[in-house]
Amino acid sequence: MAFSPIGDYQPGHSVLHRLPVGTKLLGMVALSVVAVVFRGPETTTGLLVLAVALCVVAGVRLGRAVRALRGILIGMALLAAYQTWQRGAEHAFVVVGAFVALVLLATAFTTSTSVERMIDAITRWLGPFRRFGVRPDLVALAFSLMIRGIPLTLEIAGETRDAARARGLERSPRAYLTPLVIRVVAHARATGDALHARGIGDD
Amino acid sequence: MSRIQLEQVVVRAATPGGPVPEVTVLQETTLDLTERRVALIGPNGSGKSTLARLVNGLVEPTSGRVVVDGLDVARKGRQVRRKVGFVFTDPTAQLVMPTVVEDVALSLRHRVRDKQERTAAALAVLASYGLEELADRSVHTLSGGQRQLLALAGVLATAPAVLVADEPTTLLDLRNARRISDLLLGLDQQLVLATHDLDLALRCDRALLVEGGAVVADGDPAEVVAAYRASVERTV
Repeated sequence: MAFSPIGDYQPGHSVLHRLPVGTKLLGMVALSVVAVVFRGPETTTGLLVLAVALCVVAGVRLGRAVRALRGILIGMALLAAYQTWQRGAEHAFVVVGAFVALVLLATAFTTSTSVERMIDAITRWLGPFRRFGVRPDLVALAFSLMIRGIPLTLEIAGETRDAARARGLERSPRAYLTPLVIRVVAHARATGDALHARGIGDD
Repeated sequence: MSRIQLEQVVVRAATPGGPVPEVTVLQETTLDLTERRVALIGPNGSGKSTLARLVNGLVEPTSGRVVVDGLDVARKGRQVRRKVGFVFTDPTAQLVMPTVVEDVALSLRHRVRDKQERTAAALAVLASYGLEELADRSVHTLSGGQRQLLALAGVLATAPAVLVADEPTTLLDLRNARRISDLLLGLDQQLVLATHDLDLALRCDRALLVEGGAVVADGDPAEVVAAYRASVERTV
């Protein structure tokens, strides 16, 4: 089964779990800015060390994180090879290392922050925009659906890949992508029906 | 007990690219459902899910009207949806929040405004269905039976007057199917149940056989199930 720690909150009492959502998000934004503005091998190394440390603090389990990041790491390996070929190994490390660090930071964030807390924070932040017609609760719900959708889409992708393999079509992008897109869209429609049935959006 | 009325309801659906511009999914149907447990049976594509979905406005009639306890579903959809709960075949689509307790809490947001009270109420709901140990689990990691039970708990948390269930046991193993069936049939609410499980249909108070977009038999479940079996025997 495909798996992603993004969207999989793990209850805990660590420092990261106790920090306010806004503080954590601002920290992530600040570190993202640092990765871009102060680009260099020292910065990337520092970010990687910090990201790994925060994942440990947040309780991200190594096996699960490695399995979840495998797909991203394959893409990153390809990017690293291209960057090494074009601009050298150091530049490849700077670009790819920073990207991996940011993904790990995001994983630490979602692992230590329940969606309910995120929704509360978003609802609170968007409160002042009610006068302009913004519906904070609906924005927050859309956000939670997106988070929920990540592991679900990976699960559908895994099932679709297995189905293609079972028919001996593992090398056919069409046999994999066509049913994947159809199933994801069908699921989105079914989710819409479920939201409608639960009266979400009526209020 | 609630009352569900279908008055000369017809449902047509567009078929883009098809040989005809639209097909009739449900032929003109008039029903008055007052029994506590109503089963809708029939082959795949017969229109029983459409019939079930009409009750809370997931499908709108092309003509005619659907009324639940005096409320026209097309005009009073919001009130009707608060009165009519819906359980889908595949609970995966129904569970929209990442964790078990959050999903039940979402159902309670209208009834319990305070967040802490809502979480406590959601935990109480989970406990009543034996799901309390799963409260913080990702819904993604639940088994099929647990997901369907959670979906049902999330709907029943809103205390609907009517529960519509569209093939709720189709994807479940025998043990979980039995568990969900017993739970559904034991509810105080009026139940409208689209199902392929004829044993389950036999335990209802009234059954409707839907074939080719029309209700072709209606009445005592034993007689309707017998009619369905005879119909299958004729066509196999």
